[in-house]
Amino acid sequence: MIDSWLRATFNATWTMVIEMVIAGVCVIGLFAALGLVLVLMERRVAAWIQIRLGPNRVGPGGMLQSLADTLKLLVKEGMTPDGADKFLFNLAPFIAMMVAMLLMAPIAFAKDFQLWDLNIGVLYISAVSSLMVISILMAGWASNNKYSLMGAMRSGAQIVSYELSAGLSILTVVILSGSLNLNEIILSQSDGWWIFKGHIPVIISFVIFIIAVTAETNRAPFDLAEAESELTAGFHTEYSGMKFALFFLAEYINVFIVCAIGATLFLGGWMPFHIGHWEGFNHVMDYIPSSLWFFGKTFFLIFLIMWFRWTFPRLRIDQLLNLEWKYLLPISMFNILLVTVMAILGWYF
Amino acid sequence: MVEEIGRTADGNIIINVGPQHPATHGVLHLVITINGETIIKVEPHLGYIHRSIEKMCESLTYRQFIYVTSRMDYLSSHINNHACALCVENGLQVEVPARAQVIRVLMDELTRIASHELWWGAMAMDLGAFTPFFHAFRERETINDIMEETCGARLTMNYMVPGGVMQDIHPNFQQRVKDFIKLYKSKISEYDELVTGNIIFQNRMKGVGYLSPEDAVSFGVSGPPARGSGVSCDTRKTYPYEIYNQLQFDEILETGGDSFARYMVRIREMNQSIKIIEQLIDNIPEGDFQAKTKAVLKLPKGEFLQKVETARGQFGVYIVSEGGTTPYRIKFRSPGFSNLSALDHMARGSKLGDLVAMMGTLDLVIPDIDR
Repeated sequence: MIDSWLRATFNATWTMVIEMVIAGVCVIGLFAALGLVLVLMERRVAAWIQIRLGPNRVGPGGMLQSLADTLKLLVKEGMTPDGADKFLFNLAPFIAMMVAMLLMAPIAFAKDFQLWDLNIGVLYISAVSSLMVISILMAGWASNNKYSLMGAMRSGAQIVSYELSAGLSILTVVILSGSLNLNEIILSQSDGWWIFKGHIPVIISFVIFIIAVTAETNRAPFDLAEAESELTAGFHTEYSGMKFALFFLAEYINVFIVCAIGATLFLGGWMPFHIGHWEGFNHVMDYIPSSLWFFGKTFFLIFLIMWFRWTFPRLRIDQLLNLEWKYLLPISMFNILLVTVMAILGWYF
Repeated sequence: MVEEIGRTADGNIIINVGPQHPATHGVLHLVITINGETIIKVEPHLGYIHRSIEKMCESLTYRQFIYVTSRMDYLSSHINNHACALCVENGLQVEVPARAQVIRVLMDELTRIASHELWWGAMAMDLGAFTPFFHAFRERETINDIMEETCGARLTMNYMVPGGVMQDIHPNFQQRVKDFIKLYKSKISEYDELVTGNIIFQNRMKGVGYLSPEDAVSFGVSGPPARGSGVSCDTRKTYPYEIYNQLQFDEILETGGDSFARYMVRIREMNQSIKIIEQLIDNIPEGDFQAKTKAVLKLPKGEFLQKVETARGQFGVYIVSEGGTTPYRIKFRSPGFSNLSALDHMARGSKLGDLVAMMGTLDLVIPDIDR
């Protein structure tokens, strides 16, 4: 609608520019909102698991707590250590943020609501998300701090390894749906989500996906890159003020994005939940707006990942790499063969 | 070859862990040499919180110096006070009333549980799990409330005095301890579900930081770390004091020698402490809570030694008296100091993440090490 109105008023070039600006503003707005909501959610979930109350003083139910925290971080001095490589040190948080923003583009938030309907969406996501490691390595190296460097090296080894499993588990769905386009993958689940109609192999790849993305986003129990009790704060030890906040925000946005991708690939994105021939039930489900379905599923996965963080102890670096190379990778490789056979023989609903 | 700052001659990196570091639980300063993630050497630097307590005690009377000892190992202040009180009583040849003896043992065991609870939470936190800390504090808080009611303080209780205890127990004491035992028994399974049975936790702990029985003895390690290596060293059994020889409890021994064995020793010890409390809580004899002593205490000329088992290991008080109102010389044997000395031996060749786990299983309290 906006598109046609703009096209009628302006010429094609201006339309594109204005649309881009609108999209950019939307993404930044969504970013800020998501950051605030997710930080608050993390703290409330943690409090709930840890039998305490969590933030409940600032605003109704503590809802303005993260806003107050952001304000504090904004006015704090952004220190740059003496020995640091100043250019790279200041560049790293922006790369982290940029990667997170780029990943937002091809995600379908609701029915017919997508910033960029990309025909190679899945490929784009796996390509861009691997850029994250650059910002972490850059931050760790430029800080000129041994703890930061160790955190960065750990993170590099970890993200590069777990990328493989995440990619392979995404591939299973791509094989089954026969498309790299996120929208088409969602449409292929109109008669049932892949996790239900894909039998055990898809469930396996879903589990591997969740483990791999938890590791990829540096969340506990795979938070070796920051490992408070060992490396103080890992790669962002030297960061303060808004530069730290950008890393912090990027982490949460990344969690949101990987969960959104998980929801899109395995849980049907914005597709409502349908059961076979229960017409009445399906009809009721259709009335729930598609954006609610999408955000509901995404936040369920986010909750799952937060639950991990507040329950499990951290792995050691060699155990972490063993888990990937000795267990997850062989399983995903075997799994992908199984799914290929399944797809060829048509063994799914 | 000129040594670059922060590097050894053969290219290994030197890192300062502490004095301000989240894993050292205080101002311990470890200078570690690492090759990648592998630890080559651990060198503890002490003295950041040294308050010369031993020297201070020389100018305090036999009634006064006990209060200072609460500030050493602040997690087992009752037991420190107990050792000092016993040592002075030993010199004065004072008979402590039966009621006071039972109250003292009850307090000791409650302290031991509270200390182990805190250790359990901090241990899990060292390994990256935050939630157990809050669960442990839920139970520990109950003990602190009991202490507050009877002793008037939650951390540095100063409850034991030469000749008995400072004041009688609060009327609610018995009921609240029984409530605590009930609470503890209903929650202990949570500990196993949350931490002990966790596969990541077991992988992090098993086979890590091995300490052989011979090394444990030669480093002077005592308490749970030594018993985790199979060295029988529970002072309550080997040199019974107070009424411990009349009580039914087991000395916990594990033979693994690794971090997991040390962990299990403490978990099982808590159950033994509960067993001791259950035996005594209904059998507190009537009578005085304090023996009649002179207003000014004077120890006869000589040397006096008392050993007790704190939550961290063997704690010793050694008093040299010249017959005056203040000790001529006092020496405390603190368990944390000797236990820390084994850290370098245990940590060599393991990963950086394991160092934190090992320090957790040694249960270091820095003011106890530095005094």
